[in-house]
Amino acid sequence: MAIQTSINGKPVALAAEPDTPLLWVIREELGLTGTKFGCGIAACGACTVHVDGEPTRSCSLPVSEVAGKSITTIEGLKSADGRLHAVQQAWISAQVPQCGYCQSGQIMAAVALIEKTGSPSDAQIDEAMTNICRCGTYPRIRKAIHAATGQAAKAAKPAEGGA
Amino acid sequence: MADTPATEVQPAAPAKRKGVKRRAFLIGGVAVVGAGLFGISIADRNAAKSAKALLESDGGHIFATWLKIGEDDSITIYSPHTDIGQGSNTGLAQMLAEELDAAWDQVRVVSAPAEPAFANVGLGRAFLADMTRQPAIINGIPQSFLSFIARQMNLQMTGGSTALRFTGRVTFQNVGAATRLALVETAAKRLAVPVAELTTQDSHVIHAKSGRSLRYGELAAEAATLSLDNAPKLKDPSQYRIMRQSMQRLDIPAKVDGSAQYGIDFSVPDMRVATIMAAPVRGGKLTSVDTAPALAVKGVEKVIKLDDAVAVVAKGYWPAISGLRALTPQFSDGGNGGISTASIFKAQGDLMAKGDADGEASDGDVQAGLGAQPIEANYQVPFLHHAMMEPFALTAHFKDGKLNIWGGMQDPLATKMMAVDVSGLDADDVNFHPMIIGGSFGRRLPMYMEIVGQVTKLAMQLPYPVKLIWSREEEVAQGAYRPQSSAALKASLTKEKRLAAYRNDYAQPESAESETVFPYALPAVSRRHFAHVSNQQTGAWRSVNSTQQGFYNESFMDELAHAAGEDPVVFRRNHLKAGSRHVRVLDEVAARSGWGSPLPAGTGRGVALVESFRTIVAHVIEASIGEDGMPKVHKVTTVVDAGSIVNPDAAMAQIEGGTIMGLSSAIGEAITLENGAVQQSNLADYPLLKMAGAPLEIDIHFLNSGADMGGIGEPGVPPAAPALANALFAATGKRVRNLPILTQAKA
Repeated sequence: MAIQTSINGKPVALAAEPDTPLLWVIREELGLTGTKFGCGIAACGACTVHVDGEPTRSCSLPVSEVAGKSITTIEGLKSADGRLHAVQQAWISAQVPQCGYCQSGQIMAAVALIEKTGSPSDAQIDEAMTNICRCGTYPRIRKAIHAATGQAAKAAKPAEGGA
Repeated sequence: MADTPATEVQPAAPAKRKGVKRRAFLIGGVAVVGAGLFGISIADRNAAKSAKALLESDGGHIFATWLKIGEDDSITIYSPHTDIGQGSNTGLAQMLAEELDAAWDQVRVVSAPAEPAFANVGLGRAFLADMTRQPAIINGIPQSFLSFIARQMNLQMTGGSTALRFTGRVTFQNVGAATRLALVETAAKRLAVPVAELTTQDSHVIHAKSGRSLRYGELAAEAATLSLDNAPKLKDPSQYRIMRQSMQRLDIPAKVDGSAQYGIDFSVPDMRVATIMAAPVRGGKLTSVDTAPALAVKGVEKVIKLDDAVAVVAKGYWPAISGLRALTPQFSDGGNGGISTASIFKAQGDLMAKGDADGEASDGDVQAGLGAQPIEANYQVPFLHHAMMEPFALTAHFKDGKLNIWGGMQDPLATKMMAVDVSGLDADDVNFHPMIIGGSFGRRLPMYMEIVGQVTKLAMQLPYPVKLIWSREEEVAQGAYRPQSSAALKASLTKEKRLAAYRNDYAQPESAESETVFPYALPAVSRRHFAHVSNQQTGAWRSVNSTQQGFYNESFMDELAHAAGEDPVVFRRNHLKAGSRHVRVLDEVAARSGWGSPLPAGTGRGVALVESFRTIVAHVIEASIGEDGMPKVHKVTTVVDAGSIVNPDAAMAQIEGGTIMGLSSAIGEAITLENGAVQQSNLADYPLLKMAGAPLEIDIHFLNSGADMGGIGEPGVPPAAPALANALFAATGKRVRNLPILTQAKA
């Protein structure tokens, strides 16, 4: 029986076996490859998506548990007119990514943190940002979160007109 | 690396190879020396012709193989290096575009095809000497680095921090400059003016006198028919507009919106997904497996037995890994079942105690200098796992006699040649399509690419395309680890607190001699290598042997400073050559870190100075031990002399990342063995540094001494571990001689 859910604002019916982790449904059934496989045990966070706004490690969440819920992946962060989210822009300004493989997950975790705290302190960043980056981009991630904070609050409001 | 099984092919190069160990890097020996590197002097015109045909098939005009100028002024640069996120492709583009006077916003970089015509022969000494006529560069490369690059000949390898300092300086800047000359010559003819009256800017040739200008795009077709100058004059750095600027990295936008396609993201219709488990005890073989439990998993289509592994092919990764986990395959241990971390350390210690070294580099009479009662310390470091975030993943499809492979590897050409070897097909029937790489740090180098053989074997017997993904468990258990290594260090001090003699005995698979730079000028120094090989595959781990050698020497220098009762900076300074680059780096880091200024109780400051890949890096670290027993790094001050820097911000990112990788390994990382098998299973028991453990601040300063360009991707790593260990000694009085610090703290 198909599992009904919503991905990036669009309703979808998923054919996957109910025990399949959400990650593999997103990647292989929906073809959204921005969400990455890193460890399969929720240790690294490369697979982080939002489930009803909560940052969630999709490699360890059976797809049956997202029935009726709303999922956002990295592909769903841009605004309708294709403009990057303020956090994504901050990531470019701070030249955060190196290999870039973990960065979808880092960005999803950062967006959730900012939505929750508004303007996170260093201690809040340390506590919430537990995704692994082997390239060692942590100082730039921190910098980008700080830089994005004001902008992110503005971007969350409905269109104020103009870029 | 001595225990790495690999194919060796006699290189085609006529280079002087005396004293250079031939290694597995030479798999791609099929490439023709000089082919395709530089338009005019190529040894094999057929290879260059095929390269030209390949790249011009979609329009544009090719210069010296590595550059294409479109009629619309677009500039495409074909990089023989794999940008793993270190920014090397952006840097290479900056170097070429600078000399070409290209409009930067028109420049893009793509991977050079995995074809012999694009072999990066520019890394070889023979090419340097014969074709570029730049003896100054060649003479500036010490033998240790020549041996390093000699291993890479004929390949498209990325490693050894070589992309910009060799490929960039030797090839790309010259290609840019020579192409600019060809465009100017063409313009002079067309405008009927002397060459001397023409200037270039933003992809235009300009004749200021008459106010006329021509676009590169409209000159390219004719200019591409000219012979290129083999030794064009390069710009004086004072004229640079693109180099030495922090240009934004070209690869970053696609890495923030999920659109970048990594090897693991590749997909074709009808593709199946496979995953694999190799013998847990390296050296073992698959003896039996009941395939039924896997085949009972919905979505599983096939179980394939390989010599030393079993693979499950399914409709997706989840059924594949579920099927694999349902199996209980039996493997032999290849006689390696008795090997453990402890047994390796014991064997290494025994070898050193016996004193029969496999190699020695020495200066002065060390034995006499050490005297009867030298200061001694023994150090040990574990195997380290690369833990790149993208697990190995390659897709292969064998159809109509042709094999196509897609994915990200550090050496596309060698990947293709390995698939040729395993499949038995002709090289013309095998294509490798390089994709973006999710980290490597040395793991995806040619000599340990067993996944290439695995996916080739699977594809050759399957009627559909197959993507082979290694689970993280497989990745951790089947690594190409930084070697587990031991060192026995001895030194003696004179009455004047000066070192009289210094001996570094170390045991590990390979000699570290070609990579070790000991900067201190002492009357007698000796390094002795004791070769010990286990069943584990060992390989290049970011900064290679400099990680453990840097830790040994810079920790022991700290011990000796304390033994002499001298400040660690002063003690080092007293043993460095006056006026040297090393002294400048050390003085600068002392000044910038506030060395000697008071610190809160429980916090200590440590210094370490290591040269690797021709770049000198010093860290001063402030650290303490937290209530949880975890080392806490408060601040890192870093000074780097890499000679010169192509892209300051990208270089800074590399030093930041290298520092954090060095700290991560020092604090928590270890691969251990029991009964011949790796004990760690995933990232849960291989703890990598996270945000909370990373320093809040890494203050990095580049000295830019103007010396020949050094590497930047690796040299930030080696001084991190000793600087931290020295800081913890200053804070707690406890000396760290075994890594990682965490297991020692727990013990």
